[in-house]
Amino acid sequence: MKGPSERQDGAAWLLVSPALILIGVFFVLPVIAGFLLSLTDFDIYAIGDPRVMRVVGLGNYTQIVTDADFWIAFKNTMIYVVLGCPLSVGASLGAALLVNAQRLRAKGLFRVVFFAPVVTTLVAVAIVWRYLYHPKFGLLNWSLAHLGLPTVDWLGDPHWAMPAIILLAVWKNFGYNMLIFVAGLQSVPQELYEAAELDGAGAWQRFRYITLPGLKPAMVFVTVMTVLGNFQLFGEPYVMTQGGPLRSTVSLVMLMYEQGFRWWRMGRAAAIAFVLFALMLGATLLQIRAQRERSS
Amino acid sequence: MRRLPGGGPAGLRAGVALAAVALVLLSCARASAPVRLRFWAMGREGEVVTDLVRDFERENPGIRVEVQQIPWSAAHEKLLTAYVGASMPDVFQLGNTWVSEFAALRSLAPLDRPLTASSELAAPSFFPGIWATNQIDGVLYGIPWYVDTRVLFYRRDLLERAGVHAMPTTWDAWRAAMVALCRNQGPGHYAIFLPTNEWPQPMILGLQAGAKMLVEDDTRADFESPEFRRAFHFYIGLFRDGLAPPVSNNQIANMYQEFARGGFSMVITGPWNIGEFRRRLPPELAGAWSTAPLPGPDGPGLSMAGGSSLAIVRETRHPAESWKLVEFLSRPEQQIRFYHLSGDLPARTEAWHDTSFTHDPLTLAFGDQLQRTAPWPKVPEWEEISIRLQDQVERAVRGTTSPDSALAALDRDVDRMLEKRRWLRAHGRLTAAAAVAGAR
Repeated sequence: MKGPSERQDGAAWLLVSPALILIGVFFVLPVIAGFLLSLTDFDIYAIGDPRVMRVVGLGNYTQIVTDADFWIAFKNTMIYVVLGCPLSVGASLGAALLVNAQRLRAKGLFRVVFFAPVVTTLVAVAIVWRYLYHPKFGLLNWSLAHLGLPTVDWLGDPHWAMPAIILLAVWKNFGYNMLIFVAGLQSVPQELYEAAELDGAGAWQRFRYITLPGLKPAMVFVTVMTVLGNFQLFGEPYVMTQGGPLRSTVSLVMLMYEQGFRWWRMGRAAAIAFVLFALMLGATLLQIRAQRERSS
Repeated sequence: MRRLPGGGPAGLRAGVALAAVALVLLSCARASAPVRLRFWAMGREGEVVTDLVRDFERENPGIRVEVQQIPWSAAHEKLLTAYVGASMPDVFQLGNTWVSEFAALRSLAPLDRPLTASSELAAPSFFPGIWATNQIDGVLYGIPWYVDTRVLFYRRDLLERAGVHAMPTTWDAWRAAMVALCRNQGPGHYAIFLPTNEWPQPMILGLQAGAKMLVEDDTRADFESPEFRRAFHFYIGLFRDGLAPPVSNNQIANMYQEFARGGFSMVITGPWNIGEFRRRLPPELAGAWSTAPLPGPDGPGLSMAGGSSLAIVRETRHPAESWKLVEFLSRPEQQIRFYHLSGDLPARTEAWHDTSFTHDPLTLAFGDQLQRTAPWPKVPEWEEISIRLQDQVERAVRGTTSPDSALAALDRDVDRMLEKRRWLRAHGRLTAAAAVAGAR
């Protein structure tokens, strides 16, 4: 006999089935296909004649980890994640505190200004920043020279190209996280600040013991999303440096793009995608565990 | 169910008759409707070719040509996705670097048969080096449309001031001229600009020295051969001795300004820069610069055979009409018109007898150079190989590795890229595509 809960189950499945089918067809299936692809050497020759495709098992993966180019891209991506994430989170938190400050007027204006880079097309931004970074006529080097500091060949020097990309990316993306922090700040009850002030807490103590704990959910969300986003670095180096100079700005996604859509080694590119997925999964699990340990 | 008026056997018969009439009418219409050819061309060529195509249509009232212009930056991907999606045009402009790739994909119609039947076209009227880039394993896949090669652009005034009165033709004399230039100009000035992020220059020197670069049916790298090593050491030496600045294209603000300032006095570049130099250099420098064919190791040297060809898609439904369009665009008078519209140099030698070329000393150097061009290895992997070559040149120039270990690394990396070709060769599949093509 069918109980009411069973009938409800059926109805629930029916209702979610459109979504499940869509996810299955457009997400799960391509992922499975991508994984199978990563076990083959599907390439330009195979596009012309599928019979010359070989199943290579984990061959692509062993090729990747023994390829010096992969480790260069890995190192660059890690530098970007490790340096870029704290900077990005710090900048967006700072901006959120500023635009949320009691004394600030025209809050809306500042929010729009800080958010503007997020919605601006990367290519347009890149053109402007290439001018800023220009070794001879750029605003940055002009300011450095006026301060009596040595100038930097921002995009031409292999040591400075990645920091230049990080600076651009932080500026471009901090607005989004800022909005999330602003929302978080507004959910912190005002009474807590008033009570703390009555108890004689200073600005730093109020920030440390009220604002930060209050922002915890927003902080977890922002750090996890920023780390995930930063692992997928592509657009900034693609339009600014094309991975140069001396491969110093090639990221893992860019390496995947090159392998897949420039050299048409689809199998290899798919394998890079899964290596990147494993890295991101690992990083996210680590973060979640760290958050849990801190709270317990 | 309500019966429709005119139903039943009589109505059916009438319907059939009507349908038959309609069919006859339709097929008549099809017979008189023009054949629609789809033609894809890139960048500037795509813009100007529409003018030429109008005349072709006037000559052939039965054929309509739809030109689609594709930006160069998206062309390669667009062609490949069109191939995968079976939506290729009938005729398209094919960059010389891509011939081997699209031949490997079996997307190009072999052209040997229409060529032998043609009254308008024959191999001897094209520059041989350029013609060779369109042949893969002995099968012809494209008709050269315009040519692109690299020559020296140089400051004649500065060279003369340094005591060099004619552009040298050998490497040793060329180098001596550069040394003289630098000595004459003083610090802050270089003799030649060789961007560290470009591969054609070192590759051309390799071709000049007789290097094959790839051997054994292009399945093995051979950059450590004595020939390539000689060229590579000569090239890196220009940077080591301060004759060329170790900078990339992105690092130099404006090449034309630097050339005008005398920051460097020579640059190896292509025909499009004749117009750019004329336009961008200050007018007082008009007679101060010139072009010259490239020097070689022991006399006038080779240059690369670049440019674009016209290719016909294998699956086209209108092979005869497509060939007609290719023939039309290859006519000497159309090639001259095309040159005036686009600045692209004609691939047909007859066109070079026109006064636009014989009276222009700047393009004459190109005409001379085009007698001595060679193709680079014709493999689909070349684009990736060229990037590796560029990387290793940059490393050696910046001194992060020695020239010899850069070449060893290059051979190792390129050998890895060619693994699939070795497998195809071992299984007799490497020339299978060519055999299939030849049989058709």
